[in-house]
Amino acid sequence: MENIKDIPQEKFTFVGDKNLSHDVKLETKPRSYLRDAFGRFCKNKGSVVAACIIIILVLFAIITPWCTQYKVSDEDVNFGFTKPKLHLFENTNFWDGCTEKTESYQNYVYYYAIGNELIGTASESSAHFVIKNQEYTITENNLYKYRLDSYHTTGTIYKQIDSKTYQLLQQYQNETNRQVLYPTLRLKDRPTTIQDSNNANYYYQTKMVSGKTVPVLDENGNVIPAYWTVVDGEQPDNYNSIRIEGENGFQQDGNTYFYVYGRPVSGGDYEVRINYYEYYIFYHSYVLKDGITEPYFPFGATDSGKDILTCLASGARFSFIFAISIALVNMFIGAIWGAVAGYYGGAIDLTMERITDILSAIPMMIVITLLKYHMKESSQTLIMFLAFIATGWIGMASTVRMQFYRFKNQEYVLASRTLGAKDFRVMFKHIFPNSLGTLVTSCALVIPSMIFSETSLSYLGIINLESGNITSVGTLIAAGQPFLTTYPHIVAFPSVFLALLMLSFNLFGNGLRDAFNPTLRGAEG
Amino acid sequence: MYMFKYVLKRLCLMLICFAVIMVMCFVLIKMLPIVVEGGASVDKNKFYFELEARRYIQNLQYDGSGNVIAFDNVPVLEQLGLYLKRIFMDGDFGIGMKISEYRNKPVWDAFVSRLPPTVLINVYSSVIGVPIGLGLGILAALKKNTWIDHVISTGVIVLISVPSIVYALLILYVLCFKWQLFPLRMDAGTDYLSWSMFKSMMPATLSLCLGSIAGYARFTRAELTEVLTSEFMLLARTKGLTRGQATVRHALRNSMVPIFPSILSEFVAVLSGSLIIEQMFSIPGVGRLYLDSINYMDYDFFMLLSGFYCLVGLAAGIIVDISYGFIDPRIRMGAR
Repeated sequence: MENIKDIPQEKFTFVGDKNLSHDVKLETKPRSYLRDAFGRFCKNKGSVVAACIIIILVLFAIITPWCTQYKVSDEDVNFGFTKPKLHLFENTNFWDGCTEKTESYQNYVYYYAIGNELIGTASESSAHFVIKNQEYTITENNLYKYRLDSYHTTGTIYKQIDSKTYQLLQQYQNETNRQVLYPTLRLKDRPTTIQDSNNANYYYQTKMVSGKTVPVLDENGNVIPAYWTVVDGEQPDNYNSIRIEGENGFQQDGNTYFYVYGRPVSGGDYEVRINYYEYYIFYHSYVLKDGITEPYFPFGATDSGKDILTCLASGARFSFIFAISIALVNMFIGAIWGAVAGYYGGAIDLTMERITDILSAIPMMIVITLLKYHMKESSQTLIMFLAFIATGWIGMASTVRMQFYRFKNQEYVLASRTLGAKDFRVMFKHIFPNSLGTLVTSCALVIPSMIFSETSLSYLGIINLESGNITSVGTLIAAGQPFLTTYPHIVAFPSVFLALLMLSFNLFGNGLRDAFNPTLRGAEG
Repeated sequence: MYMFKYVLKRLCLMLICFAVIMVMCFVLIKMLPIVVEGGASVDKNKFYFELEARRYIQNLQYDGSGNVIAFDNVPVLEQLGLYLKRIFMDGDFGIGMKISEYRNKPVWDAFVSRLPPTVLINVYSSVIGVPIGLGLGILAALKKNTWIDHVISTGVIVLISVPSIVYALLILYVLCFKWQLFPLRMDAGTDYLSWSMFKSMMPATLSLCLGSIAGYARFTRAELTEVLTSEFMLLARTKGLTRGQATVRHALRNSMVPIFPSILSEFVAVLSGSLIIEQMFSIPGVGRLYLDSINYMDYDFFMLLSGFYCLVGLAAGIIVDISYGFIDPRIRMGAR
């Protein structure tokens, strides 16, 4: 303290050199609102998983319709109720398109005989056995246990084709060495009952036992074929293609005999016995050339033989597009309505509120029914679109209105008005962006409820969306419910899809709501 | 007194709202063309005469063999006046036109005869659902963040999110078909209180109450956890109450304040039921009747049932609002 008077000059330095400025640049990165929200969202593990599932489901809906060989309108009754089958599990007893059956010998031999006819033919190589691999086990009480392949239960059918198709079929057989045509039977050799006389799977001798058609068995328990045989030179069928094993003009009593493959009917047409599975491949790849190579239904087929995978994906895609477009339109209407009501307040607000009160009290069912009655000629999609818009915007409007009440008297808004901004500018440039966060969240929450309402309405049959290449998840569930006990796979896949979708959308929506709520910042510790 | 005025005001507003909706509905319905369908066995003239007697149509014109071929519509407002007059003077809501079961019969009688199954199923569902839901919610709140809570909360989220269509199908397949605990369809007949009828109603009841169990469990858990962490609970404990006493006397009662109104409204909503469940389990209830009236375009049925559903919805909403005022002393409705 004593030598304060004579401090050496060199001890003095300029303040400016020491960099005493207090405006230190922040070291940390600024956190924007969105980034903050995203961080909070990621902390919620359930929501992240849900978001991933939603992305997968959306991708499924977008991509699958292009990948499958079928379209929604493709149907084939002969493949109705086909069980789900994946090539991946073909050699296991799971997801292989088969049903486990335990039945008496009489029922077993019907299916066994269908497969037995193929043994030794060109089709055997691709394993067209109705009973998987022709394998069975006999249970204690003398029942036969086997796996029934739903792709081949149709077996063979009688079909009338014109002579041109007949030749084309033979040409196809010669080219690909796949047998489609099988020896046919005389009319008198077919089963006598009405329901069985057209069943081409009875290619063997049958008899009637208490009103049912049962096969005549030889001493080994095998069926005895009853094909139409003619002496060489008397063939009526003009057939010149591959024949079944052991029948290449066989000798008997000094004559050469042939099986007949096509029964001529009036008009130069032929009635032939075809293996339907092979015919399907022929018809789609050789005649229609529509990209369908072989019957393959990963999720099974409906009662009318539509591919469930294709229908489900197309239905889901439709539902997504539909829900999102409705949410956007509702957001647009709700934003304008809520903005006007919230900004002007007073009598205008009161009037508009009463109108929304009444509108929101109208049950959805009444709206959609009245629209349906009055717009009979319009498409069902349009009706549903209008019905969802008619009352759907009210929630959005009240969200926006609330935000407008909060922000319309803030200083920056007053400043903007003082500077002469028009109402419109104040409303949509200054106040509206504040309500965007909550609006987007409620939009995300509205999408699953939209999908749910759409599903229930089509389930109840009030709206029938199925037309052309459009279907919906609800339509699928409704169509499959009558067969719930016998063919549960028809409803199972759409139901699982719907359940997964709703569950993940709910979790995702909850996460999003928490993420956009800044008051929760740091709350989770 | 302000309370009474408030209730009165709300009731009046509700009635106005209801009236506006119904008038809109009536006018829109009456603008539709009248189509009398039916095969050769149906005497169409009978319907036209019936319609004329109710002044839905007038100036009938006949062809040579006495069949009605043309008619004029009565002005809609006149029809509305007559419709209201018939309802209030005679309790006559119109006649069935299209649903073969109720053709040419009063719709009100049909409606009343369809009420018991719907009400019974909903009552069973509430009786089962409310206590289980509350119980699970209380359990989850008391054992917060233990495995019990996690299990209950996960189940609740699943049940709330998964639509009732899916778990109704599951119940139908597993309980009714695979395990054969219940019949696949509801028993026929009107002996609604018998044991076999009760059993056959169970699948639908279960499907209905799963959703409400989940709803109540979630609501109760949220409310109770909030109350349990409040300061008066700490005070109660410091006064010397055991944890059980404090929970039952202070926490539970307070948490019931927001829950009770929704239970009350559930008992109003008992009347309406669920269209999906009734359709799926083929219950001959009001919902099925409503669906039939929509599909067959039976206007008088549609008017009556729309009014009914609309009224039930509005009443449930109002009961929730008003009962808050009665139950929660902190809320003074309508006070300035």
